[in-house]
Amino acid sequence: MLAETKIVRFDSIHLDCGVTLAPVEAAYETYGSLNAAKSNGILVVHAFSGDAHAGGPDGWWESMIGPGKAFDTDRYFVICTNVLGGCKGSTGPGSINPETGQPYAMGFPVITIADMVRLQKMVIDHLGIARLLSVAGGSMGGMQALEWAVAYPEAVASAIPIASTARHSAQQIAFNEVGRQAIMADPDWNEGNYYGQKLPGRGLAVARMVGHITYMSDDSMREKFGRRQRDENMFEVESYLRYRGSQFVDRFDANSYLYITKAMDLFDLTAGKTTLAAALERATTRFLVISFTSDWLYPSYQSQEIVNALRRRNHDVAYCELASSYGHDAFLVEVNEQTELVRGFLSRTMKERR
Amino acid sequence: MEKRAAFVRSLLGRRDYAMIGELVEPNSKVLDLGCGEGELLEWLAENKNVDARGVELFASKVQRAIARGVSVYQGNMEECVSDYPDHAFDYIILSQTLQEVRHPQRILQDIMRVGKHAVVAFPNYGHWRVRLSHFFTGRAPKTKLFPHDWYDSPNIHFFTIEDFELLASREGWTLEKRIFLAGNHEVSMLPNLTAEVAVYLLCK
Repeated sequence: MLAETKIVRFDSIHLDCGVTLAPVEAAYETYGSLNAAKSNGILVVHAFSGDAHAGGPDGWWESMIGPGKAFDTDRYFVICTNVLGGCKGSTGPGSINPETGQPYAMGFPVITIADMVRLQKMVIDHLGIARLLSVAGGSMGGMQALEWAVAYPEAVASAIPIASTARHSAQQIAFNEVGRQAIMADPDWNEGNYYGQKLPGRGLAVARMVGHITYMSDDSMREKFGRRQRDENMFEVESYLRYRGSQFVDRFDANSYLYITKAMDLFDLTAGKTTLAAALERATTRFLVISFTSDWLYPSYQSQEIVNALRRRNHDVAYCELASSYGHDAFLVEVNEQTELVRGFLSRTMKERR
Repeated sequence: MEKRAAFVRSLLGRRDYAMIGELVEPNSKVLDLGCGEGELLEWLAENKNVDARGVELFASKVQRAIARGVSVYQGNMEECVSDYPDHAFDYIILSQTLQEVRHPQRILQDIMRVGKHAVVAFPNYGHWRVRLSHFFTGRAPKTKLFPHDWYDSPNIHFFTIEDFELLASREGWTLEKRIFLAGNHEVSMLPNLTAEVAVYLLCK
């Protein structure tokens, strides 16, 4: 299953911060084919460091997308876009500002999860899909799925937020802030103006190392590394983190890191409402919420908060806390269990749409 | 919970699904508390076109239920019923679990608030075999219906058909329908003595 990343350009997008970004581009990939009724479209939304390449070889959710898989491309038309503010084809701080001819860098406007979703909606409209069968994603992808259900209830029949939250806790914000400070403390960051020069690789690598610690669990780290040593100067875990950090520098833009983590921290589904239940009042979609026992970055109580709020409004919600030792990474790793849940849930949703 | 799954499969086996089916109007909204793997809900969704939801404590069962396409919430039924708004469901099913919950009166009151009707099924502690077992052994009864040793039983409340109807009348609930079962048969004579399982349709 080969898919190429396509780019679609729109005249402009109006952002939550009041700024209009013009023009704006979105990178996306699609898998499978849209049926005649255009009723089998599923938008898969990526987590913080993901991109539009979700399915196919080396796709970040390849194990879940494809013929016979959870998001069965024989039945469904799967779409994935790179988020606004990203660095994999969609407009972000590394894109050229048409007014200056230079990269936006720190001149890029503050973006929100709702802005990302707004751009996704434009892509979906562009594809001629009036109503998606589902929006699904883990972590930051789950936030977008929730935002979809609240912002465009008429345009999405179901939502699958996995290992996610309706708002970041102090702990989640704290880890993101450590990452941002690591980047900004790197002299090569140069107030964000490093394009075409030496990249703030050390800061970005440290940020990623912290991230990777939060994606694992005490158990999974013990199992994967224990106290094994690579050589007499280095533990396995140190070597792993350094490798992951340096690898990340080659594929991710430090300024995108700053903007996207900020968007996650700012996300609060209850904003302007008295309760989460009131915020979810508008949602008319069915929900499948999944969390993992060992995920301490997005603990189950955050998913349960969403589920309980939905039940208070008597919305249709299925919820399961899957047993896993992989920590937050579980949503990318625990394929069999998620496949069983997602497959059943999507079949029912499809059936009820007919 | 294992017992309940067996109950759904055997006592309420295909033929007896129809019995609950008879109690539940088509196209209604149903919540099954302690729904196990969601067999009953799936049956109701397929055959009665109901909007089927469930609550189940164990993740592995919730997984199976969601895989069947039933909207099941993993959680403690006693804590969660109170979350729902008034009259959120047409029917709430509490099958073979009332004797296992910590606060039966409280959960029934919640059910009667959240559901327009309740379907409550429970094993009858007044059955003659239970009485004889207690009478002749002088020990906590052990029968087909109550197979556990006292120290190893999920059942924490023991009550009879008489007890249940007394509570219903005190609370002012209307008994819309009563079905008494012994084995796979319905019984009508002296149900408190002859029925193994009682199934009630109630409303407030």
